[in-house]
Amino acid sequence: MKTIQQRNIWQKTLLSTATSVALASAGVMGLTATAHAQDSFKVGFVTFLSGGASGPFGVPASQGAKVVVDAINEGTLPAPYDSKGVNGLTLEMVEVDEAGGPTKQVEEYRNLVERQNVNAVIGYISSGDCLAVGPVAEEMKTFTIAFDCGTSRMFEELEDPKYVFRTGLDAVADNVGAARYLAETRPDAKRIAGIQQNYAWGQDSWQDFTLAMEQLMPEAEIVNNQTPQIFQGSYGTEISALQTRRPEIVHSSMWGGDMESFVAQANARGLLAQATALLTTGESGLHRFDGQAPNGTILGGRGPFGGFMPENDLSEWFSKAYEEEHGTPPSYPASKAAQAILALKYAADNSGADGVPSSEELAAALKGAKFESVSGTVNMGLAGGHQAVQPMLYGEYHFEDGQAELRNVKSYAGDCVSAPDGYNAQEWIKEGFPGSSCD
Amino acid sequence: MLTVWAILIDGFIYASWLFLVAAGLTVIYGVMRILNMAHGSLYALGAYAAASALGWYYADGGDQLWMAFAIIAVCAVAIGAVTGLAIERGLLRIMYGRDEILMLIITFAVLLILEDVMKLIWGTTPYFAYQPYAAMGRINIDVLTVSRYDLMVLAVSIVIGVGLWFWLERTRIGKILRSIIHDREVSKAMGVNVGRMFTITFMIGATLGAIAGGITAPIISVVPGIGIEVIVLAFAVVVTGGLGSITGAAIGAIIVGLARATSIHTMPELELFIIYAVMAAVLVFRPHGLFGQAVARKI
Repeated sequence: MKTIQQRNIWQKTLLSTATSVALASAGVMGLTATAHAQDSFKVGFVTFLSGGASGPFGVPASQGAKVVVDAINEGTLPAPYDSKGVNGLTLEMVEVDEAGGPTKQVEEYRNLVERQNVNAVIGYISSGDCLAVGPVAEEMKTFTIAFDCGTSRMFEELEDPKYVFRTGLDAVADNVGAARYLAETRPDAKRIAGIQQNYAWGQDSWQDFTLAMEQLMPEAEIVNNQTPQIFQGSYGTEISALQTRRPEIVHSSMWGGDMESFVAQANARGLLAQATALLTTGESGLHRFDGQAPNGTILGGRGPFGGFMPENDLSEWFSKAYEEEHGTPPSYPASKAAQAILALKYAADNSGADGVPSSEELAAALKGAKFESVSGTVNMGLAGGHQAVQPMLYGEYHFEDGQAELRNVKSYAGDCVSAPDGYNAQEWIKEGFPGSSCD
Repeated sequence: MLTVWAILIDGFIYASWLFLVAAGLTVIYGVMRILNMAHGSLYALGAYAAASALGWYYADGGDQLWMAFAIIAVCAVAIGAVTGLAIERGLLRIMYGRDEILMLIITFAVLLILEDVMKLIWGTTPYFAYQPYAAMGRINIDVLTVSRYDLMVLAVSIVIGVGLWFWLERTRIGKILRSIIHDREVSKAMGVNVGRMFTITFMIGATLGAIAGGITAPIISVVPGIGIEVIVLAFAVVVTGGLGSITGAAIGAIIVGLARATSIHTMPELELFIIYAVMAAVLVFRPHGLFGQAVARKI
């Protein structure tokens, strides 16, 4: 009996001690967590870290973002971002791989918000991922910036967005800009062909480009369009099919390794001596072609990014910092990622919040704002203040003495290449770009 | 007329590449009855090894075409044989006799593991080794051009096809392998070292996969995931031709290659559909493929 009583006492003592320790630990952990939350702002950064899109897009984007995040935390960014941190808080970046498709990305997004407790999310190269994640971000009321995806349907399908922003241009601007560049620099071109990856991005790009060509170069004939699978890698048969149609211009929205492979193969096969390639995402290969693209190849950079960045304190700082760290100038995905991080800093610094700004405070600060960036002044002037409107630039690739550069660069104002608010982009093109001013 | 020539040339060039990719897969299935999903990884390993080595060679100022081909051959054979040996001795050997589906799942696991191993070794940045492709130049037929490198792939494919036929039909080891194909247990009873034959067969199949990758490296950008892309196509070819048949793989590759080229030149939007439409059409009339044979199952 005594033994049983003694055991009960021991059990009670152990239980109470364990409870005290647990409560104390929880208290300490809670305090730590609170202190941590007060000191830092956590942002999820989603980009391709594996798969075909990672090398030319995802990894440079991640590197570009990290360069800016480090500078923000050290307080070494040029004005107007020379204050340390975001709203005084250390910026902490949690990276997630974008590979795996939209369903996986929706899960990853929920994990970021619910388990990792991020305060905001920046990311998404794939249009499919943007379309899938947008409604979830609105549902979860989390401040989210799409830094690269180009689908024009993003804000058509998100009615009255509150939390989702895009700090880059959509694919319509790429292709209207491409058609305007051709009309200005090669007005006599009569035979136009294309090669696009066979999914939404390629199909939408070709549709927008051909619609714009009907308006701007009605004499030109579309002679062929090839639609290889994404990540196909080898384009021998497609190149033959294009050659037999004798085009003068070959438009392509292919990106990354696919685009670079196509250029190398088409150049070796002589197609690019027979026709000029117009590559809407070609800037990402500017420092990678290594002379494999012929001089005169037309490159776009999805806006004033990468080699198309204007000269300003931020772009000069970013180019120098990125090159010092990675040994190559930043391509357009790197500068677009940098721009999104700067947008976050702008929103946080101007949120008026005491401590960690809420998603509502961040959204209110960025909505319709004009902020300075590596690409110049960014005007969040579309989609009710949620979408950037910026100039679109195209130029010609030139490679001499081991150095690549852009020549004959033309810039088209934002409202010259983007549909005004409330317009369906394709209708806007078909109606002859009403409201655009291209002077 | 130019389009017809283009279809024939492109069709046979693509068929030769398809045969290179599919040959190792069908050899392994024919002898070992293993649907080797890891074949895609062996292709990718060959491509990565060749692209890396070519990159070093050209970065060091190398410019000899024959050296480039020697590098591709040595890298592909070395990595294919070593990896094949490791997979067969280290994993498959202990699983022989299991259900074909289980073996398929095991090799699929190997495919996934090797995909991550390649990311660890080579990272995610694309590798380009275009120099041999560009250096070989092209032949002009009116506006159409044909890459001499592509013609070389066609020649290599014919040599490998004939070599495999000779090996299986005219050599002692080929006769032993055919006896294993006919009846594994009786061959064993007759004193054939089936285990050793399996090791040799798997190493040869794996090396063929790596050679296909190595020879393709100067044409494409070598990126993570190319192995998975290619295994699907290889399956379409070997299923069309008949699993385990070298002749079937060759005929299947020619049919798929010509059908794809015809589609690209006339209806490009049907490019992907046509490959699987051909496969489906063949399987409707010949469920075991063009050269496949129905085999009674032992129960």
